[in-house]
Amino acid sequence: MQEPILEISGLTKVYDGGFKALDGVDLQIRKGEIFALLGPNGAGKTTLIGAVCGLVRPTSGTIRAFGLDLASDWRGARARIGLVPQELATDMFEPVGRAVKFSRGLFGKSPDPARVEEILRSLSLWDKRDEQIRKLSGGMKRRVLIAKALAHDPDLLFLDEPTAGVDVELRRDMWRQISILREQGVTVILTTHYIDEAEVMADRVGIIRNGKLLMVDDKDAMMARLGRTEAHINLAAPLTKLPASVSAFPVTIADDGMELVYRGGDGTGRGKRDVADLTKALSAAGIDYIGIDIRESTLEDIFVDLVGESA
Amino acid sequence: MTGFNLRGAYAIYVRELMRAMRTAFQSILAPVLTTSLYFIVFGAAIGGRMQAVDGVNYAAFIVPGLLLLTLLSESTSNASFGIYMPRFTGTIYELLSAPVGVAETLLGFVGAAATKSLILAAIILLTATFFVDYRIEHPILAIGYIMLVASAFSLFGFILGIWADNFEKLGIFPMLILMPLTFLGGTFYSIDMLPEPWSTIALFNPIVYLVNGLRWTFYGSSDVNIWVSFGLTISFLAICIAIIGFIFRTGYRLRT
Repeated sequence: MQEPILEISGLTKVYDGGFKALDGVDLQIRKGEIFALLGPNGAGKTTLIGAVCGLVRPTSGTIRAFGLDLASDWRGARARIGLVPQELATDMFEPVGRAVKFSRGLFGKSPDPARVEEILRSLSLWDKRDEQIRKLSGGMKRRVLIAKALAHDPDLLFLDEPTAGVDVELRRDMWRQISILREQGVTVILTTHYIDEAEVMADRVGIIRNGKLLMVDDKDAMMARLGRTEAHINLAAPLTKLPASVSAFPVTIADDGMELVYRGGDGTGRGKRDVADLTKALSAAGIDYIGIDIRESTLEDIFVDLVGESA
Repeated sequence: MTGFNLRGAYAIYVRELMRAMRTAFQSILAPVLTTSLYFIVFGAAIGGRMQAVDGVNYAAFIVPGLLLLTLLSESTSNASFGIYMPRFTGTIYELLSAPVGVAETLLGFVGAAATKSLILAAIILLTATFFVDYRIEHPILAIGYIMLVASAFSLFGFILGIWADNFEKLGIFPMLILMPLTFLGGTFYSIDMLPEPWSTIALFNPIVYLVNGLRWTFYGSSDVNIWVSFGLTISFLAICIAIIGFIFRTGYRLRT
C-alpha cells in the first residue's frame, strides 16, 4: 500500500439539531490518487470534506493529513490542502488575478507572479485576469475557484461537486484539468453526483450513505467484483427446456420461451466471452436466434444497487 | 508552517483596504460630509451664539466628540461588514480552510478597519480646520487614544459581524444603542451642563468616558478622571479580544 496522505479514523459529526451527518467514518487516502466520494444528497460528502478542511467541527474521531494531527497541527496541514467548494462563493467584485494572488498570500506563500500567471494560463483565465469575477460566465467562475484553490500549490485538493451545473464541454475540460493535476502529483478527492465522472477519473471509489462509508475500493476491483454482463438473446422459436450444453451458463428463459437472459460475468469482460461461448453452444444445439442485446453494468448500476440495498 | 502566518494576515489586511477603496465614496466621503455638516450647523451657525465650555470655544469644544462619533460608528460598521459579508456570501470557507487563526484574522480584519478609521479621523480633523479654530494639546496621546478607540470598536464590530445572522441585527446595535449613547455621551455638551439627576445618570454612559478621554488630549480638560477613561477603553478592548478568542476556540457562528 502506498503512503497514506490522509487518515480519517472514527469520524463522527452530530449537528446541533441532533442530525448525525457522519457516523464513525474510517478512510485512508493514498498519495497521488484520485479518490471519488459518491453518495446521494445529504449522505455526508460535504460534511466529510468540511471536517478535513476546517469548516466543520468533528464531534469525535481523528483526522491526520501528511502525518499531522489536524486538531493540533492544523496550520501545517491546512497550508498543504486546497478546497474548491460546491457553491460559487467568492468576492464577485474582485478582479480574477487579485483574487488568486490573495489566496496564495492567505495560505502563507510568498508572492510569485510567474506561478500565478502559470495557474491562470492553465485554466484559460489569463486573458480575464483584470476582469471582475461577476462578469465571467458560470463555468469561468468555477475555474476561478479552482485557480484560487491551486494558488498555494496544495498537495491535497478537495473538489466538492466540481462539475455540478456545468455543460458537457466544460465537464470534459474539468476532467482534463484534474488529470493534469494527477500528473503533477496532486492527490485529488472529489465528490460527485455524476457516476460516469468517477468511472472516468477515479482510481478508487468510496460510497457513502447516511454518514456511513458503505464501501471503499479500487474502481477496477469494484467493477470486477460487482460488475455484471446482461445479455438478452431473442430466439427464432420458443424454447421450453434448456439443453444440457447451455444450462451450464447462468441463463434463464423469459418472454414465454422466446428469450434467453444471461446474467453473469464480473465487469472485466468475462461476461462478453461467456455470451460468445453461449451463442456457440446454442448454435451447436440447433437453437436459432434472431437478435442479441448485450449490456455491461456501469459503476452507476453498482452504486444504485449498493445504495438501494442499504436503504 | 507552524507559527504565525504573517503573509496570511497581510493578505487579509490588504484585501480589506482594497475593498474600502472600491467603496471610497461610501467609506470616506460620506462620513466626511456628515461631519462637515455637523461643524457647519453646530459649530459655525449655532456655535457662535453658545458660551465657551471650560474655557474652550463651543465650536472647538465639539471637535473631539464629533471625531469620536465618526470613529465609533465607522470602526464598528467597517469591521462588522468586513466579517459579516464573507459569512453571508459563503466566501468565509476560504478563511476557515486557510492556515490563519484568531491572531491573523484580527490583525487582518480589525487592523484594516482601524486603519480606515484612522485615515478617516485624519481627514475629519483636516476638514475641521476649514470651519473651526481648534488645538491639540497632547498630539501623541491624541493619536494613541484615537488608535485605541478605533481598535477597540473595530474589535467590537468584528464580534457584532459574527453574532449577526441578518442585516437587521448588523445595523440595529450601531443605530439604536451606539448612536444614542454617543449623542447623550457629551459629544455636544459638558455633562456638568446637565441638571441633576441627569448629570449623575450620564456617568453610567460609557461613551462619556471615551468622549472626555479624547477631549482631554485636545484641551487638557475633562468632566471625568481621564485615567478612568483610559482604563475603561483598554478594559473594553481586552474584553473584546477575550470574546473573539472564545469565538475562535468554539467556532461560534463560524464553523458548523
